[in-house]
Amino acid sequence: MVDITFTDAKGTSRTVKAEVGATVMETAIRNSVPGIDAECGGACSCATCHVYVDEAWLAAVGPAEQMEEDMLDFAFEVRPNSRLSCQIKVTEALDGLKVTTPSKQG
Amino acid sequence: MITTDVLIIGAGPVGLFAVFELGLLDIKAHLVDILPKRGGQCAELYPEKPIYDIPGFPIITGQGLIDNLETQIAPFNPQYHLGEMVTSLVSRGTPEAPRFEVTTDAGTQFDAKVVIIAAGGGSFQPKKPPIAGIEAYEGHSVHYAVRKMESMRGKNIMIVGGGDSALDWTLNLKPIAKRITLVHRRDVFRAAPHSVNAMRSWVAEGAMDLIIGQVTGLDGADGVLSSAVVRSDDGTEQKIACDALMPFFGLTMKLGPIAEWGLNLHENLVPADTGTFETSVPGIFAIGDINSYPGKLKLILSGFHEGALAAQKVHRYVYPDKKLAFQYTTSSTSLQRKLGVA
Repeated sequence: MVDITFTDAKGTSRTVKAEVGATVMETAIRNSVPGIDAECGGACSCATCHVYVDEAWLAAVGPAEQMEEDMLDFAFEVRPNSRLSCQIKVTEALDGLKVTTPSKQG
Repeated sequence: MITTDVLIIGAGPVGLFAVFELGLLDIKAHLVDILPKRGGQCAELYPEKPIYDIPGFPIITGQGLIDNLETQIAPFNPQYHLGEMVTSLVSRGTPEAPRFEVTTDAGTQFDAKVVIIAAGGGSFQPKKPPIAGIEAYEGHSVHYAVRKMESMRGKNIMIVGGGDSALDWTLNLKPIAKRITLVHRRDVFRAAPHSVNAMRSWVAEGAMDLIIGQVTGLDGADGVLSSAVVRSDDGTEQKIACDALMPFFGLTMKLGPIAEWGLNLHENLVPADTGTFETSVPGIFAIGDINSYPGKLKLILSGFHEGALAAQKVHRYVYPDKKLAFQYTTSSTSLQRKLGVA
């Protein structure tokens, strides 16, 4: 288990335990983290699990693949550090990961 | 006014399979869906994704499941009303003999003995960008779809997005618009290559504008838009004159008018009885992801079961004087005749 911290658009943070191998989106849903809708359930088909990855963690998380980049077109307020959390797999290397959720998903 | 035994709201997998279970009991159904196609989330969100938990199918795609369901229910000749949203439901009967008058946004009217809500996560509706004050312009200057092309003639139109909807409307409106500005967050477009090429050649000729950036603000008065602020990735902002804005950010699911039908919603879900899947209103049933009861699992297979049980109770409303004898499709010649196989 590793720690992931979710901070919402208003600045409230929640640190939860994440299972290695799960996705960041699944971790959020299992822990009832607000700000992640995940309408499609992790199929990279809806862009409602949009997060901003903390700059310090960008290299560890890695870049989005093309399908995810395409799906980000459906998200709002997209920034260079935007990712879809259903496409980020939790690894030991991501222990301490910090992400922020946007003001609106869908 | 269309008279039907049952009106099913939602043509996803669960609504489609309900047609089968109703059909075996000689109950006819019409289906309404806001999407222009059958299949609900399976067809809209994950047509190519494999599903692994449909009994009897170790692996099947979303679209594959819908295609099979359509084949399976074809003998019962279901009537579809696609691209329409049910907007009102009025009770015209009694608890013992319910009847409902149901109207869609396209003006289609139904007189139904029973209504089955199989609306899944709600109706798919256009995503609305979180731009401050955008609501004030919706309807007049901000459009998520165009019903009458002519209404856009001579306008400065800003289209936002990079998929087929954005590019198709760019191409369609270009001949009648005063000027088209296409705004997209990156210089990569998912739309069909020939549309992208047409757009790029117009931009090269100076016949339209392309801006890489995101809309962050709107200016105007009394619901009439005058300009939009577009911010680029480097933080620079520019104000673009426009009197129509068309954002294309895909679809999201919203509960919609169901919330107003007196069904005692619990967390945006419709509570249903687990023996019949009838709601608190006699004659209105809820099956699939839209319902809630203790132990509910949002699985397609659960929705199939719910439809089968609901059909038994629906039979009592549609044929109050007939006794229902339970039969199997494997052994009943009468059921096999209905299926066209005996």
